[in-house]
Amino acid sequence: MTQPPPQVSAQTTWMLAVRDQRDRDAFAALFDHFAPRLKGFIMRSGTGSGQAEEIVQEVMLTVWRKAGQFDPARAQVSAWVYQIARNRQIDVIRKENRPLPEELGEAPEAEPDASQVLALEQEAAQLQQALARLKPDQREIIERAYLGELTHQEISTQTGLPLGTIKSRIRLGLERLRHELKELR
Amino acid sequence: MTAITHHVPDALLAAYATGNLPEAYALVVAAHISLCLECRAAYEAHQVGGGAVLETVGAEAVSEDLKSNVLDLLDAPYRPQPTYPRAGVYPGPVMEALKGKPPSWKSVGLGVRQSILSSGRDGSVRLLYIPPGQAMPDHSHNGLELTLVLQGSFSDSTGQFGVGDLEVADHDLEHTPTADPGAPCICLAATDAPLRFRSLVPRLLQPLFRI
Ligand SMILES: [Zn+2]
Repeated sequence: MTQPPPQVSAQTTWMLAVRDQRDRDAFAALFDHFAPRLKGFIMRSGTGSGQAEEIVQEVMLTVWRKAGQFDPARAQVSAWVYQIARNRQIDVIRKENRPLPEELGEAPEAEPDASQVLALEQEAAQLQQALARLKPDQREIIERAYLGELTHQEISTQTGLPLGTIKSRIRLGLERLRHELKELR
Repeated sequence: MTAITHHVPDALLAAYATGNLPEAYALVVAAHISLCLECRAAYEAHQVGGGAVLETVGAEAVSEDLKSNVLDLLDAPYRPQPTYPRAGVYPGPVMEALKGKPPSWKSVGLGVRQSILSSGRDGSVRLLYIPPGQAMPDHSHNGLELTLVLQGSFSDSTGQFGVGDLEVADHDLEHTPTADPGAPCICLAATDAPLRFRSLVPRLLQPLFRI
């Protein structure tokens, strides 16, 4: 049995229990945390309550079914859920299939490196704080981009939009990918 | 293999990661990320940004029975989406667009071939096969054009593009990409409108060839 690494967030602990033990109580805890947030997120773009709940249901089922792909050293739970939610929204609302990159290599390590997981969570928390400190109009633009409301044209012409700096704020990502690829060779 | 030197520009990557790109362009970006660790890291960083927005944008109470419905469905049988691994020079997302089959090439003249993956109102995306030394017919375009090299290389007035490199051209760029000597150049190219080739094929024939 995989012990969750110490001190990581409750969400990561729940997600690992779902992944490794198919733990329904942990899934229920994830549902309680994410379902209302997902519904709020989806309704912000004008989707009605009923359809939003259908999407929430599909997203949460995908979380359960694809749990084996969750790698806490690469993605925070909320980042992973965000991606699933946007994919589902695009399928349902735009009626398009969203092309996704290849998955990298093998299944995630059974025993995540606790220090890596913690480092990623710290970076993510700092990013969240940085977003919270933005001026309201800038924050609004960031939210609209991640909600899927800005076109490429609009993102390009937003000068001073801190979207471009996000990749440099999550510095560990590239290092970790390089490490992971080396392990695969 | 030489290192990738032409990456996805920040705004385009952000638009892809946030799900704001039309499908034709998104396919090219997904294919580049499949080949490029740097852009994959940036893409995953944007997911963290998306997660932060999801956490803070505001919750909405869900219906009482939604949770029990979902819990009841956990064991329900379902058909997983098929996954398409990389095959030869074609990354997974391209294989998915090809539905796992090899490209069906159609000649468009002078040894150049194309295989249209999708063509719609919001853009079209195709594979292009250009023999070494052959110039892609002189063309211009209305909007954004993305070209990702999958095999060989090409050069134009802006530089040389090898495997994994992405050229981003907008309507200001009048360029004539030419396949370099060596292996035939295979590219994945997306445009927001049908390409307007200036020479080679008379304009009247364009609907016929869909180029
Ligand atoms: Zn790149």
